[in-house]
Amino acid sequence: MAKRVSLSGNEAVAFGMKQINPDVVAAFPITPSTEVPQYFSQFVANGQVDTEFVPVESEHSAMSACLGAAAAGGRVMTATASAGLALMWEMLYVGASMRTPLVLAVTNRALSGPINIHNDHSDTMGARDSGWIQLYSESAQEAYDNLIQAVRIGEHKDVQLPVMVCYDGFITSHAVENLEMLEDADVKNFVGENRIAPYALLGKEPMSMGPLDLPNHYFEHKRLQAEAMKNAKNVILEVAAEYEKLSGRKYSFFEEYKMEDAEAAIVVINSTAGTAKYVVDNLRAQGKKVGLIKIRVFRPFPAEEIAKALKNVKAVAIMDKLDGFSASGGPLFNEVRSAMYGVADGKIVTSYIYGLGGRDVTSVNIEKVYSDLFSAIETGKYEVYNYLGVRE
Amino acid sequence: MAVVFEPTKGLLDVPTHYCPGCTHGIIHRLVAESLEELGVIDKTIGVAPVGCSVLAYNYFACDMHEAAHGRAPAVATGIKRSLPDSVVFTYQGDGDLAAIGTAEIVHAAARGEKITTIFVNNCIYGMTGGQMAPTTLPGQVTETSPYGRDVKLQGHPIRVSEMLSTLDGAVYVERVSVDSVANVLKAKKAIKKAFELQIEGKGFTFVEVLSICPTNWGLSPRESIKWLQDNMIPYYPLGVKKDITQQEVK
Ligand SMILES: Cc1ncc(C[n+]2csc(CCOP(=O)(O)OP(=O)(O)O)c2C)c(N)n1
Ligand code: SF4
Repeated sequence: MAKRVSLSGNEAVAFGMKQINPDVVAAFPITPSTEVPQYFSQFVANGQVDTEFVPVESEHSAMSACLGAAAAGGRVMTATASAGLALMWEMLYVGASMRTPLVLAVTNRALSGPINIHNDHSDTMGARDSGWIQLYSESAQEAYDNLIQAVRIGEHKDVQLPVMVCYDGFITSHAVENLEMLEDADVKNFVGENRIAPYALLGKEPMSMGPLDLPNHYFEHKRLQAEAMKNAKNVILEVAAEYEKLSGRKYSFFEEYKMEDAEAAIVVINSTAGTAKYVVDNLRAQGKKVGLIKIRVFRPFPAEEIAKALKNVKAVAIMDKLDGFSASGGPLFNEVRSAMYGVADGKIVTSYIYGLGGRDVTSVNIEKVYSDLFSAIETGKYEVYNYLGVRE
Repeated sequence: MAVVFEPTKGLLDVPTHYCPGCTHGIIHRLVAESLEELGVIDKTIGVAPVGCSVLAYNYFACDMHEAAHGRAPAVATGIKRSLPDSVVFTYQGDGDLAAIGTAEIVHAAARGEKITTIFVNNCIYGMTGGQMAPTTLPGQVTETSPYGRDVKLQGHPIRVSEMLSTLDGAVYVERVSVDSVANVLKAKKAIKKAFELQIEGKGFTFVEVLSICPTNWGLSPRESIKWLQDNMIPYYPLGVKKDITQQEVK
């Protein structure tokens, strides 16, 4: 039986970690993620988990220690945000290429500079090409559910990759929500008692981890890594199906909200989807054919599936909570638009950069996006690149 | 009425964000008074850390640079190399300096950078809400050591002044405290001397200041002062750890 509880996003993640009971957690505090390792260190101190908890001196060391622990075959987790993730950067790539599954909970926070502690997606979006699987979460419930599924996805024999579980700083990490937690025994059963590591130090075969790889093999090494990311697509769906049986909650690559006959759609990530669904409901009540796609899995990118989901719209706005400084729209915009090529051609496709550094995103902002889309459909005139809610 | 005391020109006339009773404010004043008395406010550049003193740039009357967490000594190195006639200081907490920034401080000292570091040791990560720092005392309760720091699990505290005093590039290293009037006066002398030696081009100077964090220690300011005296000073003995201008080196 699942338990109904009221928890903040950080609490939900920390309790999820407690149920997973990893072998090693090495962490360094950073707002707004601090509470996750902090609550967890209390479970360790109380003997409620069997985890080795290492309060290391920086995130670079946190990720290095996590990779060492995973190389030794352990089940490993940690948490961070913003500059902390940036300081892990070098090790993110190393971890993905060493094929060390581990789970990193990231409370999305704007990356310095200017220094800012509030939410946007510049931290994890910057790490999108590091080779990690990335799962995004609208709510504390989704952060919890993603965390538990992440263990299984990353550790799957066809995948063996690290996974980031992302949720919005403060908005999701600190707001208290009602959610459903699984029974401890069910989680234990779902993730399995121990990680089964096909390759580990002091494992079945003699082993060196992280060796030099020059032009002779580096490319093949990377090619295999790319294949693992492709494999992850099936595994994500398989794990979601199994998780649905256990929890009753359905997960896929993305959520389609009122998309069946939608003419105007937006594509969005994380908590803003909640605000946007409210707007969709209101506009639907007025008879407007609007819909929404909320991305859950950004890596691997579900390109074909998204393009298919957008096949019947007339106009779509793609919303990035970061500026990629490409001078041609944010990364989500570019990937979705490119996915549509040849599958969903001839649509109006626009980019909106919004909410940087914690700028509030209200229903009025989202209404404006839909109204821009309808005006584009009616007049054929529109701006491709837009900034939402900024003073100019 | 005769004016007997005036606020230092080294600090701006603005309220600070520090918690009531926090000694960061006293330490700010000692730095500012030293700069004023040495007549160098206009040629000083301070480097603020990440930690409770992240907003120090709002308070000091000199030019300031805000550095990423732990990187202040490296940033200060660059500033001083670019403007060798300036007076450059970093102001850092024990998380910033003794955890994430350990490499930067050790190497700035080893290179003998002509900068001054004011190291505020309050045995805890203040800004993030009271987690264990490398300087947390054995047995000290923090958010991440709820039953007290267990040195078997979490290792031993680092005595940064003693460690840096072994480096040839460091010319002056002293540990002071701001727990009493007498110690505040001694702290002032040390900070001023550190800046003097920098101005004379002698090398890297370092003053560690034992400071309180009533908020995260869960004590009143008065109890915190007593806690500092009873626990911190025995573990972190005060005094000059290195002074190349004196014959006797402790
Ligand atoms: C790369 C990075 N990691 C973590 C943080 C979060 N962080 C901000 S302040 C702080 C600790 C500061 O403690 P200390 O230096 O002792 O200063 P105090 O607040 O006690 O004055 C931490 C860990 C950060 N800003 N950047
Ligand atoms: S949290 Fe502690 S160190 Fe920070 S301002 Fe408050 S009392 Fe001072």
